[in-house]
Amino acid sequence: MLKIKNINTYYGKVHALKNVSLHLHKGEIVTLIGANGAGKTTMLNTISAVTPPSAGNIIFEERDLAGLSPDRIVKLGICQVPEGRQVFKPLSVEDNLHLGAYLRYRGREGRAEIRRDLDDVYALFPRLLERRKQAAGTLSGGEQQMLAMGRALMARPRLLLLDEPSMGLAPLVVQEIFRAIEQLRQERGTTVLLVEQNAKAALRMAGRGYVLETGKVVLEGLPSDLLENNDVQRAYLGKDKKEIWER
Amino acid sequence: MNLGQQLAQYILSGLSTGAIYALIGVGFAIIHNATGIINFAQGEFVMLGGMATFFFFSALKVPLVLAVALATGVSTMAGIVFERLAIRPLKNATPINLVIITIGGSILIRGIAMLLWGKDTHSLPTFSGDEPIMLGGATVMPQHLWIFAVTLVVIVCSKLFFSHTISGKAMRACSYNRRAAGLVGIDVRRMVLFSFAISSAMGSMAGIIIAPLTMTSYDVGVMLGLKGFCAAIIGGMSSGLGTVFGGLILGVLEALGAGLFSSGYKDAIAFIILLLILFIRPQGLFRRGESERV
Ligand SMILES: Nc1ncnc2c1ncn2[C@@H]1O[C@H](COP(=O)(O)OP(=O)(O)OP(=O)(O)O)[C@@H](O)[C@H]1O
Ligand SMILES: [Mg+2]
Repeated sequence: MLKIKNINTYYGKVHALKNVSLHLHKGEIVTLIGANGAGKTTMLNTISAVTPPSAGNIIFEERDLAGLSPDRIVKLGICQVPEGRQVFKPLSVEDNLHLGAYLRYRGREGRAEIRRDLDDVYALFPRLLERRKQAAGTLSGGEQQMLAMGRALMARPRLLLLDEPSMGLAPLVVQEIFRAIEQLRQERGTTVLLVEQNAKAALRMAGRGYVLETGKVVLEGLPSDLLENNDVQRAYLGKDKKEIWER
Repeated sequence: MNLGQQLAQYILSGLSTGAIYALIGVGFAIIHNATGIINFAQGEFVMLGGMATFFFFSALKVPLVLAVALATGVSTMAGIVFERLAIRPLKNATPINLVIITIGGSILIRGIAMLLWGKDTHSLPTFSGDEPIMLGGATVMPQHLWIFAVTLVVIVCSKLFFSHTISGKAMRACSYNRRAAGLVGIDVRRMVLFSFAISSAMGSMAGIIIAPLTMTSYDVGVMLGLKGFCAAIIGGMSSGLGTVFGGLILGVLEALGAGLFSSGYKDAIAFIILLLILFIRPQGLFRRGESERV
């Protein structure tokens, strides 16, 4: 569904992605893990055309994404839930969700359909329903994360890019969000590219994983293989060397 | 006329010029909120409104209503062309560069207007006669009523647009968080273009409705633009009521200053207020710190 070949992305002189290639099949959940500054956010922003690559191709459903602007990418069915939520703070919760469906409103899609999706989002995150009139900036961090997810879902994406959806959230809320992701895949066949610090939880849910290190893909494989890998264990699963040696 | 009546008269005429400033100021605010830049060419669209109406009405003998509509259209187009040619091509320009570009643009537009229509001052007929209407102790010209009515309608429409339509909300979203706006599928560049179109349309309407009272010439945009800017600063760059009150306050203070002291102080008042606000309350009179803009 998505095929990324030899992508290079720069911030000025900083070479943030170096010949990165990865692919996703339809209906798959793939996770991208890596240390701080590895380039995970850059990867998602490169797909979303926020930081266009200087070389390489991104092919989505047989279509080359080169040169498209971020809104065109959304139009093709790729939505990102950005790192740090990025909700429209002064707007109400409900307005934020309506804006998630902006292109569907512009596309003259039936209001009833959009309304139904709004209800679905509220069913998924009942907290948002309680706060629907409140300014998004006054929500708690976890609620804002739910809102950011809900806003992306309102676009009915076929490919969902999630940037650390569990960051700063209580374990129970994280579970809720992960459950929502799994449900999306089952019910709608949504393909998901999940960036996570919480590598263990992400690998448990994903069908495949990539490990990114200083802008390069260093490992790729099934979650079980990655979980077994010593480097991954040491770097991302919080087990120290001793534990691994002793095993 | 006793002092009370005189005051009422000053306040009334102050409110009507204030309404003009408010319209121009809201134009400044809309562009500022969408792009982060101050469009110093805003006053030129005010001038274009008045001058183009004069041109269609007096030179081409088009009926006044049609001339007004055509002039609004022409000025709006000018705003769109201005954005396309002067703002959009500069991809990585800093806001300050863009502000300088708008100053250059304003000089250019003024120059073109001077070449096309000369340096003369022109007058337009009032929209519905010159029979004064008594209102309490003060007299109002029908044109003043036009000014109030047009301002009211434009402000109400823009309020409805920004708070109740998906496009209006999308424009606000761009001003709050551009990147996130792109990520939900809003075409940010189109919204910028749109903001230029709306504010040049508003500015030109201001220029059209005031022209019958004050006359118009190729260079009226400079002063009117600065007054509108002042209104927007008082209003903390709000595209809603803040700037409207800013304009009205400015208009009334000017009228009182000119009436009670000397008309020589009229323009100075705006600049004194501008400086005071920028020194003391840069967030505007009505805004509580960093809160909402609309
Ligand atoms: N706007 C920018 N300008 C310059 N360098 C940047 C910019 N954004 C990111 N970088 C650099 O690019 C590299 C990758 O950053 P990125 O944000 O993609 O990391 P990340 O994997 O998402 O990290 P984290 O887990 O902390 O979110 C880092 O070295 C970072 O310093
Ligand atoms: Mg990141």
